[in-house]
Amino acid sequence: MSDAPADMSLMSPAQDAGRLTTKDGRPLKAALAAAEAQAKRKAFFLVLPLFLFVLITFVAPIGQLLHRSINNPGFTTHTDISSGTKTPIMVNIRDWFDANPAGTPPDEAAYEALAKDLVVLRELKAPGIVGTRINYERSGSRSLFTKTARKAAKLEPPYTEALLDIDEDWGDPQLWSVMRGASSAYTLNFYLAALDLTRDETGEIVSVNENRQVYVKLFTRTLVLSLLITFVCFVLAYPVAHLLATLPLRYSNLLMIFVLLPFWTSLLVRTTSWMVLLQSQGVVNDALVATGTIADDSRIQMMYNQTGTIIAMTHILLPFMILPLYSVMRPINPSYVRAARSLGATSWTAFRRIYFPQTIPGIGAGALLVFILAVGYYITPALVGGADGQLISNLIAFHMTKSLNWSLAAALAALLLGGVLVLYWLYDRLVGIDNLKLG
Amino acid sequence: MLDTTNDNAFVAFDHVQKSYDGEVLVVKDLNLAMPKGEFLTMLGPSGSGKTTCLMMLAGFETATHGEIRLGGKEINNIPPHKRGIGMVFQNYALFPHMTVNENLAFPLEVRGLDKSDREAKVKRALEMVQMGEFGNRRPAQLSGGQQQRIALARALVFEPELVLMDEPLGALDKQLREHMQYEIKHLHESLGITVVYVTHDQSEALTMSDRVAVFDDGRIQQLAPPEDLYERPDNSFVAQFIGENNKLTGKVVALNNQTATVELPNGKKTEALAVNCGDIGSQTLLSIRPERVNIAAEGPNSTDAKVLELIYLGDHIRCRLDVHGNDEFVVKVPNSAGHEHLVAGQTTNVTWAPEDARALDPQ
Repeated sequence: MSDAPADMSLMSPAQDAGRLTTKDGRPLKAALAAAEAQAKRKAFFLVLPLFLFVLITFVAPIGQLLHRSINNPGFTTHTDISSGTKTPIMVNIRDWFDANPAGTPPDEAAYEALAKDLVVLRELKAPGIVGTRINYERSGSRSLFTKTARKAAKLEPPYTEALLDIDEDWGDPQLWSVMRGASSAYTLNFYLAALDLTRDETGEIVSVNENRQVYVKLFTRTLVLSLLITFVCFVLAYPVAHLLATLPLRYSNLLMIFVLLPFWTSLLVRTTSWMVLLQSQGVVNDALVATGTIADDSRIQMMYNQTGTIIAMTHILLPFMILPLYSVMRPINPSYVRAARSLGATSWTAFRRIYFPQTIPGIGAGALLVFILAVGYYITPALVGGADGQLISNLIAFHMTKSLNWSLAAALAALLLGGVLVLYWLYDRLVGIDNLKLG
Repeated sequence: MLDTTNDNAFVAFDHVQKSYDGEVLVVKDLNLAMPKGEFLTMLGPSGSGKTTCLMMLAGFETATHGEIRLGGKEINNIPPHKRGIGMVFQNYALFPHMTVNENLAFPLEVRGLDKSDREAKVKRALEMVQMGEFGNRRPAQLSGGQQQRIALARALVFEPELVLMDEPLGALDKQLREHMQYEIKHLHESLGITVVYVTHDQSEALTMSDRVAVFDDGRIQQLAPPEDLYERPDNSFVAQFIGENNKLTGKVVALNNQTATVELPNGKKTEALAVNCGDIGSQTLLSIRPERVNIAAEGPNSTDAKVLELIYLGDHIRCRLDVHGNDEFVVKVPNSAGHEHLVAGQTTNVTWAPEDARALDPQ
């Protein structure tokens, strides 16, 4: 409310001095805010449990994961498992790295620092852990560290010869480059590794050896397969959703149960039944052989390759496409298409110009849903994918559970997350997120 | 009245039947012929088959039997988009993802008109319905009445000779509806188009139409100009469906030319115009319009009437009476200077001319 005299003249006598007040003289705005604050408090307490749950179980772990992808203290801090005390390690060599720029060949001082650090490691029983950290980026390093640390206490100057005597690998410039990178707990090297890049001796970013480039290829494959699965889902789901939306309710409800039926069975059961169907001695191949369509010795390989992944994932993700499409199509009044027809449009034109544009929000929602699920899909490609049907999530799982390189797994996951967010942003720019209709 | 087999009729239904399930006929033997330029309304209760007839004419339903002709040509097998019929839908069916201009340009675009022609026609059509400034709005930004106008303009923009309207005013409030009735009527007159209009609102049908086809039970019960329909209903369904109507049941005891003598259940006899009552001895239903009954006056068919209820309606007083044992007998007493002042419970007498009581089928 403005205080201008012109406004005051318009006000009724009940309002005093240009401000609306309640009967007992409180300013109306304050009274309103007080009344609304209670409703807001109530709303806040209603969502509080879920908010805390999401914070603790979702936001915090993701934050930790993102932190892990740039932080790995394996070469800088030793944590004693039983007592939990943290001891800084490799301090001498770190000082040497700080004093000398990248690309400096290791001199006697460097080897001396290294030998001293190895002695400390031996005392802490930590050479394995440090070796593993270096091993992530240069294979064979773990045994190098454990072997050398055992003899470290007996080393005598000149340390250069002494260390090279134990193993010539100590002179490898790549090892020194890796150690320099690892000497800081915070590093982007895991992201470089996740993109098939590495640092050479001088610290320049270069591609890794061609036969060791896996991640970019796998990211590309994940993207391409996900797009393909999304497209196949769309092609299969669109007519089904249209049928469901136009049938009388009692038939469409029955058909909807068939669509939802797969949701009632475990994912594992569905995936294994695809294995039963698709394997080379499976139902589909047997049927084809029995009918004479194919010869017994040329059974089609549909399992443990990309074909298997595509078939099984399309089937599993299909309902996620059908449901948003259905929810968008159901309320579209058939009179729109009739109107278009009566106005002179052929059925194809009526579909293309009138029906289809009205289903775009459903297509967008379904495609986004299927694509995002497909990009992160793990169990189906793991079971039916074989070697070339694996997706990036399988590799993340590998680094989490087998190689235990959690930082690399975190970096891969973060890249995946970033990629999905970029696609989401693109979708918003192209289609508009307000147009999304999930149901 | 037109001959339904007339080959010169612009729109003709010839023995058309329609069934959806193969068991029940929704439309039973429909015969109808319309000359060019006529405004014909299909009026009837829901489920009477009127909308089905319209959909068959538009091409969205196929006739199970019979022939539908447009301009002398059979159109049973012509798809809707080749019929060139404009249609206004009940919910308007304006394309929500297009602006008003795009909606109107759509029929012209699919006909391959070039851009300048399209723009000129769209502009003209919008001006015709006084919506010239709304071309860039989307349907959702318009009120119900405005959407109605746009739907009308869209059905007319490609200059069809026949326009179908399926309860187009059903969603509007009373005042707007009455206003739009006149506008549609004026457009019909000024453009010289032929209109088939479907409604279940009888006042709408009477206001707008050249002729009204009253539908019931899959048949046209009567096809006549509004006046005839009200004044001279052919059967008891039409008499009851159109306007208010007093019913007296009885038995025909004598027939003399056009006059039937009817014995009522209380034993009294009354005279009526024999329209559709069968021979002597058959049951009949007498239909008497409330405004044709004189109250507290002498005349033919005079009888006692007990006043049960009086409702003051401004221009007239609605008076419910017990006449010949029918306690739903309604008489409208004009609120004119010096009119009879009645009191509930009093007994008076009513009278009506024999030709105003129509002896119809007993249903």
